[in-house]
Amino acid sequence: MISVLRGLGRAGLGFFERLGRGHVFLFYSLLGVPAGLYRIHLLLTQVYMAGVLSLVIIVVSGFFVGMVLGLQGYNTLVDFGAEESLGILVALSLVRELGPVVAALLFAGRAGSALTAEIGLMKTTEQLAAMEMMAVDPLKRVVAPRLLAGVLAMPLLAAIFSAVGVYGGYFVGVGLLGVDEGAFWAQMQSSVDFHDDIMNGVIKSFVFGFTVTWIAVFEGYDTVPTSEGISRATTRTVVNSSLAVLGLDFVLTALMFD
Amino acid sequence: MLQSKTIETVVGLFVAIGLGALLVLAMRVSNLNLADFGNENGYEIRAKFDNIGGLKVRSPVKMAGVTVGRVAAIDIAKDTYEAIATLKIDKRYNQIPADTAANIYTAGLLGEQYVSLEPGGDENFLKAGDEITLTQSAVVLEQIIGQFLFEKAAEGDEGGDKGS
Repeated sequence: MISVLRGLGRAGLGFFERLGRGHVFLFYSLLGVPAGLYRIHLLLTQVYMAGVLSLVIIVVSGFFVGMVLGLQGYNTLVDFGAEESLGILVALSLVRELGPVVAALLFAGRAGSALTAEIGLMKTTEQLAAMEMMAVDPLKRVVAPRLLAGVLAMPLLAAIFSAVGVYGGYFVGVGLLGVDEGAFWAQMQSSVDFHDDIMNGVIKSFVFGFTVTWIAVFEGYDTVPTSEGISRATTRTVVNSSLAVLGLDFVLTALMFD
Repeated sequence: MLQSKTIETVVGLFVAIGLGALLVLAMRVSNLNLADFGNENGYEIRAKFDNIGGLKVRSPVKMAGVTVGRVAAIDIAKDTYEAIATLKIDKRYNQIPADTAANIYTAGLLGEQYVSLEPGGDENFLKAGDEITLTQSAVVLEQIIGQFLFEKAAEGDEGGDKGS
């Protein structure tokens, strides 16, 4: 009985300790961001790793998600004779929810896990310790550019996802199922507001990009320096950032679209 | 690892594609109309309604089906308890007769509500700050159903009287 309580207490303390360490880590990394801006080359490399290499999976999934939305939406809307509203359905679901959320989940799986594994291996092979020996702050040199790159790349990826998805819905709805093209675009344009819908989606993807990258670099930096530790940290990155994205999405939606 | 010049080019391309996608969303998907911005290019007129139904700020103001402005503000008159809708009309449409009537209609069966302006024959035109006096309120479905039932009941009574 006592040992169960002790186990619970240890787990709780461990959780709060990690939470605190994560925030201290974030604070010092953000201090390194201005210095990271001077070394623009490091930042560009990370935008390439996080953003450009994720482009293919984002475009392909965006197109398929849009196509599925078009198909499912059409089958439901046609019962009410409202298939012209397909454009609204596809655009609003993509721009408000699916674009930022699914892009962030893919980003966590594609780029977040890679970040954790990379930094985790750097720590395990004592490269981070070697940098400190040479008076190079690994938070400034390694972590800050990656954090910044994730925050910059994520909104762009989400915007690409949504735009490609809309054309996927257009392809299925107008091209295959015969929804009127003019009504598809006109209804979409009359219902989607730039500020309320699209900009809120962009804000969401900023928040998601920040959260996912933060979790990824922290898990990497906080790895137990063994091969098993790296594998656990990578798993935790994907699980935790997916949960964080879905939870934050609910909070942000409740705040934005009341 | 790629050459640093190649990386710069590829990242530049990526950023351009991302911003392009945002532009597509803004221009093609949403109603972002650059002419809508800037509050100075329009003038405001007011219209009092008994009931505005589901009219909202930013609802369109239409004349002959063409959007000529938007609802800028909705308020209630302190003395008469009527709704005051402030309509912002685009400055291009500055020749609206002073005896124009304003009606609140619904676009389609379940669509959003909008203000429709029906021009009159006055030779004077509406200016900023003017008020439209000829207004017709929004149609509230419950009222119509209530009225219909009431009339039916009245008819039924009449029929009964004749029969006896």
